[in-house]
Amino acid sequence: MSSRDMILEAVQRNQPPAAPLPEVPLFDDAAEPPLPRFKASLERMGGKLAEPSADADLAAWVAERYSGLRVLCSAVPEIAGTRRIEAAQAPKELEDVELAITRAAFAVAETGSIYLSERELIVNALGYLTQHLLVLLDPADIVGNLHHAFARPEFAEARYSVLMSGPSATADIEGVLIHGAQGVRSLTVALVAK
Amino acid sequence: MKRIDHAEASSHFIAETEHEAFHDRRLWDLRQKRDRESQTIPEWQALRDLASAIKEHTLTHLAGYLEQFEAKAKANGVQVHWALDAEEHNRIVHDILAARAVRTLVKSKSMLTEECELRPYLERRGIEVVETDLGERIQQLDDEPPSHIVVPAVHKLRGDVADVFTRTLGTDALNDDPHYLSEQQRVKTRPYFLKAEAGMTGGNFAVAETGGVVVCTNEGNADLSANVPPLFIASVGIEKLVPRLADLAVFVRLLSRSALGSPITQYTSHFRSPRDGGEMHIVLVDNGRAERLGMEKFWTSLKCIRCGACMNTCPVYRRSGGLSYGAVYSGPIGIILNPTHDLRKYSSLPFASTLNGSCTNVCPVKINIHEQIYHWRRIIAEHNQLPFVKKAAMKMAGRLLASPKMYRRSINVTDAAIEHLPRFLLYSRFNAWGRQREVPATPDQTFHAWYLKNRRMDGKTPS
Repeated sequence: MSSRDMILEAVQRNQPPAAPLPEVPLFDDAAEPPLPRFKASLERMGGKLAEPSADADLAAWVAERYSGLRVLCSAVPEIAGTRRIEAAQAPKELEDVELAITRAAFAVAETGSIYLSERELIVNALGYLTQHLLVLLDPADIVGNLHHAFARPEFAEARYSVLMSGPSATADIEGVLIHGAQGVRSLTVALVAK
Repeated sequence: MKRIDHAEASSHFIAETEHEAFHDRRLWDLRQKRDRESQTIPEWQALRDLASAIKEHTLTHLAGYLEQFEAKAKANGVQVHWALDAEEHNRIVHDILAARAVRTLVKSKSMLTEECELRPYLERRGIEVVETDLGERIQQLDDEPPSHIVVPAVHKLRGDVADVFTRTLGTDALNDDPHYLSEQQRVKTRPYFLKAEAGMTGGNFAVAETGGVVVCTNEGNADLSANVPPLFIASVGIEKLVPRLADLAVFVRLLSRSALGSPITQYTSHFRSPRDGGEMHIVLVDNGRAERLGMEKFWTSLKCIRCGACMNTCPVYRRSGGLSYGAVYSGPIGIILNPTHDLRKYSSLPFASTLNGSCTNVCPVKINIHEQIYHWRRIIAEHNQLPFVKKAAMKMAGRLLASPKMYRRSINVTDAAIEHLPRFLLYSRFNAWGRQREVPATPDQTFHAWYLKNRRMDGKTPS
């Protein structure tokens, strides 16, 4: 008998009497406008919200905002960057990236999270090896809470999904909060309509 | 195996007064953050009820969900392995690594791999294992197990970390600024992410309907471990199953709020299928879980989502430190998990509790932790595992409590004694309650005397 069958047999034998599966409501709090809530949550998680004006030249806006950075790797058509993510052959090649630019499929007001997958990152490691991350978000793509987020089709379709909420962080030494643990040092979400 | 003496072990921690005071304060702060955060969610109690019900449903249908998960994961191109115990888990992981000539493995924190003692197993076989979570890395470099399931080095102060890093990473011995220390770890860990041939994580949840493993972390190290090297292995306990993504939402809303008082972890990642050119394995581990499922009083401990809220709130844990439990899982949840592995070795742990019930009150999946602690005490007494002093004291207490007359007389004597005995007698080795704490002032009057005076006007002694 394989370990698999032995485990399943033991589980089957020991399962307590059946308990029902509850339905999970969406806990709608529709009254609250999603954008202000998203902004507050994002900032609480250590992220920043930027609102470039609708007629701004995005490339120039990025160049000014991140003037000290030299290696800009872009995964969005709106901003060229100094390098295209499509050109990367292996994750390791991204180790010198200083700013990565991508677009979130959607965001969550409750937690200030943005959703990314291999479709937005092209190479997943882009979101982690880069020093800083700039994420474009259409304000129309903000859902209220995590129930709505997990009801979206992306999680069942993408190979890799992440709800990213602010930059990487640690408080492992005396509870002192530090942004820029192992992943990105800063995360900025820029409201740019699709 | 040698019995863990929790009281003896904790006395060493308590002797470090500065550490003990900070530890107590830091964890109570986490508890208060949890309270504040939970109060911003109107449906908090409804979410706890749902979480408990979903887990109970899943555990009572676990075989079916495990089969569904396996079928989904395989269809997604993931290789699924099953491990009966720690030994088989370690062998499976080593076989995968050895077959691909892996020399360096980067790993994010996983209590399951701690439970299986994977790291020494691989190191003995020539594979370099690098813990990449800051707290876990500190503990690895100091050759100590984690003392808390969420914040592994919470018992250390910045000076201790500076000492460890100076000794092992060559950092500046005079600099104990947490920003400096964290940055040093970032810089010194990054080359490992780039050179490692394999990465490994645990799993907070496994979703049956998608075949995906969910990992919740803050530092970004799990996503680096999984997304940079070409080979990714996730080890998951069989109790981590949830049926649907809709259920996952409930747990993600509860987990970090209960653990750290933050709305969510910085990264909540769902690994469903290997990336192009990558390889993904999931190891499903039993290691005593199927057996625990059959224990009428204890099976609901399998609902645990490892948030650590019960530890943060526990007065005994906060003051004795996680290492004093001598086990992978410490605090209230450790007290009820460890004896299933080895009753004799962990027989002192169920007594490391005041049974105040605070652990049960904060548990996001509503495990009756303090009641299970009490049940373990009974089992330990029945198996004759009580130390002699405790047994003799209990026998005496039993006689005393069975006789109201004797009880009242002794209370009067004790109160008088506390008031009048000199300190050197009261705080001596004969009085365990006088160790490491001040004995509270005695009330002017016992409740019994007050009751007789104020409520029983007829003057009759209540029977």
